[in-house]
Amino acid sequence: MSKEVNELKNLVQDLLDESSKQGASSAEAGLSIDNGLSVNARLGEVETIEHHCDQSLGVTVYIGQKKGSASTNDFSAKSIKETVKAACSIASFSSEDKYAGLPDKDMLATEFPELDRFHPWDIDAESAIDLAIECEDAARSYHDDITNSEGASVSSHQGIRVMGNSLGFLQGYQATRHSMSCSVIGERDDSMQRDYWYSVSRQAGKLEPAKEIGLKAAERTINRLAARSLTTRQCPVLYSAEVASGLIGSLVSAISGGSLYRKSSFLLDALDTQILPEFIHIHEQPHLKMALGSAAYDSEGVATAARDIVTDGILKGYVLSSYSARKLGTKTTGNAGGVHNLTVDTGENDFAAMLKQLDTGLLVTELMGSGVNQVTGDYSRGASGFWVENGQIQYPVEEITIAGNLKDMYKNMVSVGNDVDYRGNIRTGSILIEQMSIAGE
Amino acid sequence: MFYPQFQLLKSPMDILNQVKQSILVPYGMQENDIDQIMDSMLTATVDNADIYFQSSHFESWVLEGGIVKEGSHSIEQGAGVRVVSGEKTGFAYSDQIELAVLLKAASNVKAIARQGQNAQRKVEDVKKRTDYYQVTNPLKSLADQEKINLLRKVDIETRKLDTRIEEVIVSLVGVYEQVLVANQDGSLVADIRPLTRMSVSVILEEKGKREQGSMGGGARTDYGYFLDQDKAVEYGKEAVRQAAVNLEAIDAPAGAMTVVLGPGWPGILLHEAIGHGLEGDFNRKGTSAFSGKVGERVGSELCTVVDDGTLEGRRGSLSIDDEGVPTESTMLIEKGILKGYMQDKMNARLMGVKSTGNGRRESYAHIPMPRMTNTYMLPGQHDPEEIVKSVKKGLYAKNFGGGQVDITSGKFVFSASEAYLIEDGKITKPVKGATLIGNGPDVLTKVSMVGNDLELDAGVGTCGKEGQSVPVGVGQPTIKIDGLTVGGTSV
Repeated sequence: MSKEVNELKNLVQDLLDESSKQGASSAEAGLSIDNGLSVNARLGEVETIEHHCDQSLGVTVYIGQKKGSASTNDFSAKSIKETVKAACSIASFSSEDKYAGLPDKDMLATEFPELDRFHPWDIDAESAIDLAIECEDAARSYHDDITNSEGASVSSHQGIRVMGNSLGFLQGYQATRHSMSCSVIGERDDSMQRDYWYSVSRQAGKLEPAKEIGLKAAERTINRLAARSLTTRQCPVLYSAEVASGLIGSLVSAISGGSLYRKSSFLLDALDTQILPEFIHIHEQPHLKMALGSAAYDSEGVATAARDIVTDGILKGYVLSSYSARKLGTKTTGNAGGVHNLTVDTGENDFAAMLKQLDTGLLVTELMGSGVNQVTGDYSRGASGFWVENGQIQYPVEEITIAGNLKDMYKNMVSVGNDVDYRGNIRTGSILIEQMSIAGE
Repeated sequence: MFYPQFQLLKSPMDILNQVKQSILVPYGMQENDIDQIMDSMLTATVDNADIYFQSSHFESWVLEGGIVKEGSHSIEQGAGVRVVSGEKTGFAYSDQIELAVLLKAASNVKAIARQGQNAQRKVEDVKKRTDYYQVTNPLKSLADQEKINLLRKVDIETRKLDTRIEEVIVSLVGVYEQVLVANQDGSLVADIRPLTRMSVSVILEEKGKREQGSMGGGARTDYGYFLDQDKAVEYGKEAVRQAAVNLEAIDAPAGAMTVVLGPGWPGILLHEAIGHGLEGDFNRKGTSAFSGKVGERVGSELCTVVDDGTLEGRRGSLSIDDEGVPTESTMLIEKGILKGYMQDKMNARLMGVKSTGNGRRESYAHIPMPRMTNTYMLPGQHDPEEIVKSVKKGLYAKNFGGGQVDITSGKFVFSASEAYLIEDGKITKPVKGATLIGNGPDVLTKVSMVGNDLELDAGVGTCGKEGQSVPVGVGQPTIKIDGLTVGGTSV
């Protein structure tokens, strides 16, 4: 572990010691430092160069069962004292909460597998700009109808995270995250469309080549030109892999501790019940090497472990922190701060086979707005994509909405493709839903 | 104990001195250090350069399950340095307000500009500045115990309203922000920006069916705002009313129909459908569905829309924007004709116009860009009741959640959280939330009636653009749109 991480561990220990000195009965502290470069090139020239450097530290103290938190970006000794003081002051005013407190000691991580998250990219602004220009050039020369551009971006970030608590937990790690993206505009018959593509990885060498990102962005834009609306109807809907992760995201938030103990979830008391068709299996894989969601411990230091969340369509586990677990009378699942590489098992179908299975219906490739009611599961969002007949894409569509109720939509999943999008923390292929309401012209 | 509701409004010079005292002095920085950093950036062909210092104190308190569970407090400060040359921007920032660190940042960013003639310290036209909010620190406007008492009172009063209440969550947020903007012309201007927000959300349960409702408000002032006329308690009442309505809701209709939007927060329509599309950056680049349309008809005669940063104490208001330019009331659409765009300095210069005082940034760590302040439609002639009466069959939408727009295609959505059917000129059954979708450049051409009941929203709006969040306001009178697609399930 690097010298820097060790120095920052000392700083976190200072925060914990100061908390105890100021009267906290227990405390948790963390800090992060991020450095990065991002550049954007537009129409063949550099547009922006940004140098990032962020740091912050935070502490949560408990005075008995009373809790207070404070944070700052000033790492000086004086600031540490003041931050702890602010947290203690808040704790002195908040109420006794019998569920509050650090995780149980036996839940804390004691093993720290190497997750291969740190791959610095030695790139200067000039080379980053060259890459961005190469990416955008590929997009702009793809087709005559590509008439404008929002540019291509390259960014590289590296950071350190350290956290500790007064139970003796003190850990840190370094991680990197690099990305490249491109967004271009096409025009036909006086009407414009824009689309984009991006690649993200912990290792620069694993990014998609600049040219390919540009070509994909351009192809996606061209495919959307001359989009029309649909008449109002009901039909099957295929969510492409990049939007299907949002469907699973709504499931995660419905089975998260906070939504459950507040009774603000459409999946209350659903543990061990059938919420999805039998062929759906969802599991969490926190220790995948180099993956974006990997973690040996969650945001309160609790050990993460591979586990099944949905088996044969039956909900096998919730997504809990120590606090929400205590409220629900159970044990934390190591998900304070969220899930780690949630993976939906795929079927045999590639994307073409999924289109064939859709037969005649709507392929959705972009969603707009926030129309999901997490309490009832009612779902209504703006969409664009393609109308499909006999498994063949016919024409692009826009200015429509798709609606249903998530509980029904989950039960009416027909299949999951093997065209998995690995760019996020939720990994799924395209998802076909038997029927939804489409509103249009 | 005595806590002053308001301090006296201070002059811009007093504000400048106070901000210098809290941002520069503790870090041993002086005004000539700023000059030195600026000079180091002006050794190239620079069109604009600025240094933005910011200090921000934030607190939040949350009551849930009948107890004040937690609070948090944060202090952040830092400075961003920027050089603009033509269409190019170099930017760096640091949370250390130190001469050596900022000189290094300056040397990083000036690489963006072609080396050549030294830039001139040109003096810019300075509009007269007016201050639209009081110099007050909301965090200190109530003692911590009084903040807690306020949350508890709202919880208790709200729980009395309905036996079906399962959960009440009340939150109180305050921000005290000080900014100092040093410009290339040698000007140094400061602003002190208080911001408060309170919200109440409830969950009601009846026969196994649950629904939520939420209401909040806020302003650029101190916490006294929520005590005035028991505003905070009113938020609770309104949240319960909404949840109760939604418990009765039937499936929303699907398809294109006449839609009547209520006054106030439904003005999110204007923010999404036209506001973003009229921001200068998209139009300078030609990527907006509104590009090149100044002087053209984009709405019916009844539609006049402004973006106005000068409203007293409003959440979206600013005395000066984040480039130090005084805000104004900018005519966007006058009687249906597109009049102009919202501009920051860079895009104004590139389009040959003046900044409209819309250059905003989330913090010192972000690049400024054209952003909205308070965007609203001016009132018309019609009695709101008359508007509803004119509709045989349609949707009346009273409250909304968020919205989104695709600038380039012009397609926008906004999601109703409280809506009703209109049948034979009467508002009848409540329907479930649904997303409404339309096309920005033509939606206002379908506005056939505009009410005389202009309202601004209660002060909770936050706008996101390119990863940056800023507080904004919206507003409108009741309006009738002949044909908007409603995304319900009832086909």
